[in-house]
Amino acid sequence: MSDHRVPFSRRKFLASTALGAAAAAGSLAMPSILRAQGAGVKVGILHPVSGALSYSGQQSRLGATMAVEEINAAGGIKGLGKIDVVLGDAQSTSEGGTAEVEKMNSAGVACIVGGYASNICLATTQAAARYDLPYIVDVGVTDAIVTRGLKNTFRFGPGFGVIAKTALANLVAINDKAGKPAKTVMIVHEDSAFGSGLAKLLNTQLPAQGFQVLETIPHPTPTRDFNNVVLKIKAAAPDIVIPADYYNEYVLLARTMQQQKVRPKAAIYSVLGGAASSYKFVKEFPEAAQYIMDCNHWFDPRNPKAQALKKKVEAKGQFFTYEVYLNYCCVGLLADALERANSTDRAKITEALASSTWSGHIMPYGPTKFVNGQNQGAAPANTQVQGHDIQVILPEAFASAKPVYPLPKA
Amino acid sequence: MRAYLPIAVVVAALAAVPLVVHSNVALNFLVVALLIALAGQGWNILGGYGGQYSFGHAAFFGTGAYVTAVLQVRYGVNAWVGFIAGIAAAAAVGAFIGALVFRARLRGSYFALVTLAFAEVLRIVASVAPITGAGVGTLIKLDLRAGALQFDSRAVFYWVILALVAVSLVIAQLLERSRFGAWLIAVRENEDAARALGVDATMVKLGAMTLSAAITGAAGCFYAQYFLFVDAGIAYGTWISIQALLTPIVGGAGTVFGPLLGALVVKAFGEGAKVIAGDAPGLDLIAYGAALILVIAFARRGVMGAIADVRKWLMRRPASSSSPAREAIHG
Amino acid sequence: MLSPVILIPAILNGLLTGAVYALIALGLTLIYGVLHIINFAHGALLSAAMFAAFFAFHQFGLDPYVAAFLLAPAFFAFGYALQRLVIGPASHGDDRNMLLVTLGIAIVVENALLYAFRADTRTIDVPYAFQTIDFGVAFLAVPRVIGFAAAFAVALLLWVIMNLTDAGKAIRAVAKEKLGAELVGIDVAHIYAMTFGLGTACVAVAACLLIPTYYVNPNVGDAFVLVAFTIVVLGGMGSVPGALIGGLIVGVVESLSGLFLGESLGQIGIFLIFIAVLLVRPNGLFGAKA
Repeated sequence: MSDHRVPFSRRKFLASTALGAAAAAGSLAMPSILRAQGAGVKVGILHPVSGALSYSGQQSRLGATMAVEEINAAGGIKGLGKIDVVLGDAQSTSEGGTAEVEKMNSAGVACIVGGYASNICLATTQAAARYDLPYIVDVGVTDAIVTRGLKNTFRFGPGFGVIAKTALANLVAINDKAGKPAKTVMIVHEDSAFGSGLAKLLNTQLPAQGFQVLETIPHPTPTRDFNNVVLKIKAAAPDIVIPADYYNEYVLLARTMQQQKVRPKAAIYSVLGGAASSYKFVKEFPEAAQYIMDCNHWFDPRNPKAQALKKKVEAKGQFFTYEVYLNYCCVGLLADALERANSTDRAKITEALASSTWSGHIMPYGPTKFVNGQNQGAAPANTQVQGHDIQVILPEAFASAKPVYPLPKA
Repeated sequence: MRAYLPIAVVVAALAAVPLVVHSNVALNFLVVALLIALAGQGWNILGGYGGQYSFGHAAFFGTGAYVTAVLQVRYGVNAWVGFIAGIAAAAAVGAFIGALVFRARLRGSYFALVTLAFAEVLRIVASVAPITGAGVGTLIKLDLRAGALQFDSRAVFYWVILALVAVSLVIAQLLERSRFGAWLIAVRENEDAARALGVDATMVKLGAMTLSAAITGAAGCFYAQYFLFVDAGIAYGTWISIQALLTPIVGGAGTVFGPLLGALVVKAFGEGAKVIAGDAPGLDLIAYGAALILVIAFARRGVMGAIADVRKWLMRRPASSSSPAREAIHG
Repeated sequence: MLSPVILIPAILNGLLTGAVYALIALGLTLIYGVLHIINFAHGALLSAAMFAAFFAFHQFGLDPYVAAFLLAPAFFAFGYALQRLVIGPASHGDDRNMLLVTLGIAIVVENALLYAFRADTRTIDVPYAFQTIDFGVAFLAVPRVIGFAAAFAVALLLWVIMNLTDAGKAIRAVAKEKLGAELVGIDVAHIYAMTFGLGTACVAVAACLLIPTYYVNPNVGDAFVLVAFTIVVLGGMGSVPGALIGGLIVGVVESLSGLFLGESLGQIGIFLIFIAVLLVRPNGLFGAKA
């Protein structure tokens, strides 16, 4: 239990800061590491830390608060002082998120980071737009988030379109390089915004690349049983299976495939696969996870800062998930913009974000460049589970291993 | 007209809030509370007055929300027209389900379950049907014009939902004083006896369900306009069915002000629990669930019932001495 | 698509899944049959039991099938206390209040789990999780076959308790004629609590059967409880054999409609049956006439 107590008390005290900030400009006695030297900058960190998405929300919050702690420990934002965090819980719903944006706005935050889920991001960015409050989206992959012309909204990570395009291009590249062993594909996806959108994109683009889509199987979240899906895969015997599911369903699907001894000829190639690039999944089910490829958010394995952060997160007993490092980077992006804006004025921060060229991140991205709020440098990476580790196989500039493709004979 | 005086007073007092309170946090809180109150008032017509406990009012809420959103986004229909159409569609769904269910004479737990199942069917259909945007949901374009039923100011949104709640209060009051309302209550108290007295219980319940669906549907329409995004989980999710049932029960089922009072109490309690619980996920909802149990255990007729009890107690106590309060009441 | 290569395994899978559904529904139908309420806390109690099974394995290395023998009595006691100390006193004997109290309990239990264990999904890795039996036409996972057999064993045990023991006879007496039972000196509050305890124990066993191939998180039970409602209605509220056969039917229907309509739309199949049964034959296939 003792290792639990440390992060808990930290959370508690961050909460008290948030409350204090919301209550008034009163000077609560805050522990030293968050006490601002200058006036300080209030920043809203908004995630679904309770409800259905709470695991991802809590991981997200962990990443963001770790970044804030590091920045503050190094003296805060030059010229502005320390970052004063206002934590928010979207409760896994859009209206919960909207209510928190209102609170953060009243608390006088200079910017909001977070959102996590697409539907929450859609609602919260819009609520923040009413106040010209700059908003950095951490994950939310729906492209509608950045195509509505909201001036305040910036997405650091890649969206659907880019991820699907990259996934497709990389699949073709890997297949070509191995002498085109695969021709047929089956898509298994969850039926909400993320999975359906992706399946649609893949269905229109895969045939043009010479792949035949044998079947597309949508399923709800939660799905209790994947035996039928696996039966269909078995009957159709595709060369490649492309799953796009959330974590729980992904694990069930992979386990059921292993149980039913169903193995596609060439690869399991997931796109934003809930578990394929999760250390937790690899640790718990190394056999089911072996050789699964994924095109997903991933950190730059060659970046020493990324490895240091990974160690730090693991030392807290947590897994180094994409929520953690994307949020960590979003706070870094904000800190850079704040420093250049040298002001807590929202318009100036928005301007500074729009003209950002930040490259201090730990992602396999180029320098940051926003066009209509979307970071053009953002791109997913292709990973593959090899042994008990997850390796980056593409893009080559960041790769830590060569792809194993097609699957070796069992 | 005296019966409508309390409604006028309460609505006027609530309408004045934005003139005093400028905090958008508070207004947003009140908008959501009134939204829930409206959905709850819909439930109250059927559940509170009619004794038919629906566990699937999401079916009506979601229909209202989807029709409003889809008509605007896919067919370019004006938002106001979409709003009316949403209410009509919800009423139609209510009438359809009611016709099936009441003709089969389902009551009690059976009624609760079948309404739940209808809401689930609609949720699943909405999550795969292309017209609703399937899993992606439907996003209404941000267009802050009164013509598009979107407002820059939270205060205006607040007045819109307050107006809807006011209408629902008047409907409940009308119902209470009408012959139809008397039949409905008779059906609640003893359906067989009511039938024996010549009340067409099936038609009475059907009428109540249609009205109930229209009111909860209006809440859904407003939701779509306020948050500008609808998906299957929001529109037809169990959360709204539970909220619609909780608020009147906490406030006092079968009373005009029960849902409104319940919504304010429940929402305020939720916020309070969140402040006390800090940011530990789940703790606020534990308090919320415990409160539900406590209300049922110790205030059976909800907050309205508790108020009535206190009033009765206050009236009875000074029975021996002549108190001004008592005289005032009798006078 | 109609190839028997898929069809037969799909039906077998449906039966295996249906047996565990049936077990969850058994608890529900028992409670309904006696207390005449729908226990909305059923799903939350299932989540709680799955956490218990998870920790029994994780902390003490207890195999879930062994843990079932400990968890069933423990959850019986928990269910007994819940009815005796919370649901009974709080609802003042009103059916509608009971519905709401169980809803309140569901909220409390689910969020207590969230608070204590976070929303993190957990799984256990037992050595037999991936073992299959080759039936020629299909590979059937060992844990699911065990689950199938255990569900029948529990149903049989329940039938024995209900029909051959004094407690069971008292329960049936209360279910049939509460007032009469009270008059002949049966402690109704005790019988109610016994019933609720038995229902909760069924859930505990179901949890132990599910955990080897499934995962646990604080809302995992929700996914099962709606299906369980359907089964209870289909089989006839209060009918033990009805729940068992209803469970198998629902398992097969879910499996086949998933196959033909797709997994997303396939879920509709269950609810359509549910509505149709309620409208046409509300007493279910095996329910006694009211």
